[in-house]
Amino acid sequence: MMTAATSTPPAGVIEGYRQVAPLVERSGLEARVDATGVYFQQLNDAVRRLVSEGVATVRITGVNGQRYLGAGLAAPGVRIEVHGTAGNDTAMFMDGAEVEVFGNAQDGVGNTMSGGRVIVHGDAGDVLGYGMRGGKVFVRGDVGYRVGIHMKAFEKHVPILVCGGKARDFFGEYMAGGMLVLLGMNGRDEAQPIAGSFLGAGMHGGVMYVRGTVEPWQCGAEVGISEAGEEHLSGLRPVIAEYAAAMDMDADEILAAPFTRIAPMSHRPYAKLYAPM
Amino acid sequence: MAYDLGRYDGFSPDNYREESPFKIHGGCGLMGICDESGALMSGEEPIRAMAVQRDRGNGLGGGFAGYGIYPEFPDHYCFHMMYHDLRARDEAEEILRSRFVVDHAEPMPTRPVRGIHDAPILWRYFMTPREEPLEELDRSAEDFVVGTVMEINARVDGAFVASSGKNMGAFKGVGYPEEIGHYFQLEDYAGHTWVGHNRFPTNTPGWWGGAHPFTLLDWSIVHNGEISSYGINARYLEQFGYACSLGTDTEVAAYLFDLLLRRHRLPVELACTVLAPPLWSEIERMPAERAALMRSLRAVYGPAMLNGPFAIVLGFNGGMVALNDRIKLRPLVAARSGSRLMVASEESAIRTVMPEPDTLWTPRAGEPVIARVKGMELPFHSTLHATPAEVSCAVTAADACHELEEVAV
Repeated sequence: MMTAATSTPPAGVIEGYRQVAPLVERSGLEARVDATGVYFQQLNDAVRRLVSEGVATVRITGVNGQRYLGAGLAAPGVRIEVHGTAGNDTAMFMDGAEVEVFGNAQDGVGNTMSGGRVIVHGDAGDVLGYGMRGGKVFVRGDVGYRVGIHMKAFEKHVPILVCGGKARDFFGEYMAGGMLVLLGMNGRDEAQPIAGSFLGAGMHGGVMYVRGTVEPWQCGAEVGISEAGEEHLSGLRPVIAEYAAAMDMDADEILAAPFTRIAPMSHRPYAKLYAPM
Repeated sequence: MAYDLGRYDGFSPDNYREESPFKIHGGCGLMGICDESGALMSGEEPIRAMAVQRDRGNGLGGGFAGYGIYPEFPDHYCFHMMYHDLRARDEAEEILRSRFVVDHAEPMPTRPVRGIHDAPILWRYFMTPREEPLEELDRSAEDFVVGTVMEINARVDGAFVASSGKNMGAFKGVGYPEEIGHYFQLEDYAGHTWVGHNRFPTNTPGWWGGAHPFTLLDWSIVHNGEISSYGINARYLEQFGYACSLGTDTEVAAYLFDLLLRRHRLPVELACTVLAPPLWSEIERMPAERAALMRSLRAVYGPAMLNGPFAIVLGFNGGMVALNDRIKLRPLVAARSGSRLMVASEESAIRTVMPEPDTLWTPRAGEPVIARVKGMELPFHSTLHATPAEVSCAVTAADACHELEEVAV
């Protein structure tokens, strides 16, 4: 929290970010915003102002950890490019825009996101897609712990999260809806298993597809593991096609390997705990 | 602290009426950097790494520890002291002078910084232990220093030892880390290893002594998280003469490392395993020998396990160790650029200091990241060559060890 008292620090104090408006270059429906050293609040204000003025593509350069980029944007058709390291909670609560990160993303990308699309060309951190309830998140590289935790779906709002690399523990923890896909293809560590432990722990809705296999001990007690059959692949193929196009990868190559399907065995595994029969 | 609700002048607030004009973005932030070649870095580097993580704290605690910063007194114990008043200073100095030969004492160099106020009286002392009390107590110099720290912190009202190691020091207080660093003029220091912290106090008070790092001898600890096992850890440490008197959970981590590394001489990897042990379900899947070692460690050092979420960095003369809790409930990113190894809560902090690192990764839960300064003798065993019996021996009497060895034979 920056207070008024400290917003103008004494000479000599090193500032992480300055509370100043970023430099903006606008040309027609495109704009470039220089985020170098600018505090997230002024940066996001500038982006929102440009979007409200009808700018369709906002290219943000010099990003280094600023939070909430694209947060809350309910602007279908608007595209936000992030060049640098996207900060925590990028695209949080977003509903309709597209955020493309050319670099890594820190923790909490797509937190409680409702719609739109996020593409991360690097790695993404922990709690990616936390409570996501719509839209798509595509990551090229590795992802952290608790990815897709508590994703949920309702009628036509079905969130989809595809990770091109490998994931750590608690992938899809408490998952209640939507689709999680883990490819294990673009990971940087050959020795790392495709997923960690507690995969789908507490899962009670939605579905997960893992390219390759996972061991039963890696999975939570509530899920069933099977090889994805043709009836499942028909739903997976268009997702892979869109992901491959976004990442400039070959969809056929991705689909050439068998996928493991992980889904909850029961819709309400603990129903009897609270309403004894 | 006062929040200025009228300050927010962002874009068209009417459109975003549901948004509060401010949010406390708490979570604590930390960093550690070590140049393994031994090359020295100005204190500005850790300040810059902490400044971009400003929103992780709330101005109620910031601090740093630097190593190799006192080349003019490399073999003296340097005590950084905080005093509430002159009476506390007199009382603490009496204890120090009765036990140590004080070769140099001076007020800590500071400059006025807006945002930093109510500072205690800050002094530093470069000292060597007196021989008579050392012989009388029949203790190692290190244990003698630890005893002195515990006595001052627990018994002298209004006096607090901020650090007590050789060729190192802690600089901490109430404020944001970049303000604290500026206050202590850290740009005038050069060290091969630095740790830094931005505090968001949750369930313990924000006061000068409660800021991180917590230190003892050469060890310094910065911590993001909550040690919910504090009570059982503190009780365990009391049996070994450590008095937890600072009112902040992180204190136990500093003392546990001192106990495990210096007194029980565990290799650093094993000490980290004690603090963040594998789950029993993981142990069941390990090869038999490793599983036996893990079971033994968990049995012998059960009360030393840190429960709850944490990311910590341990600094020492010769490097640093960064460690996450075993189910990774706090962020930690690591990177290497040339001979420099760096860890931080956020990638942005790393890229502030090293924009294009050679490698950047997120360490696995419970897996330590270790930096060692070339040519410096480590204050602990560096390799893992212990049988379960040997590990158990570390905390049992010598006779019991012989028995165990006989059984093993």
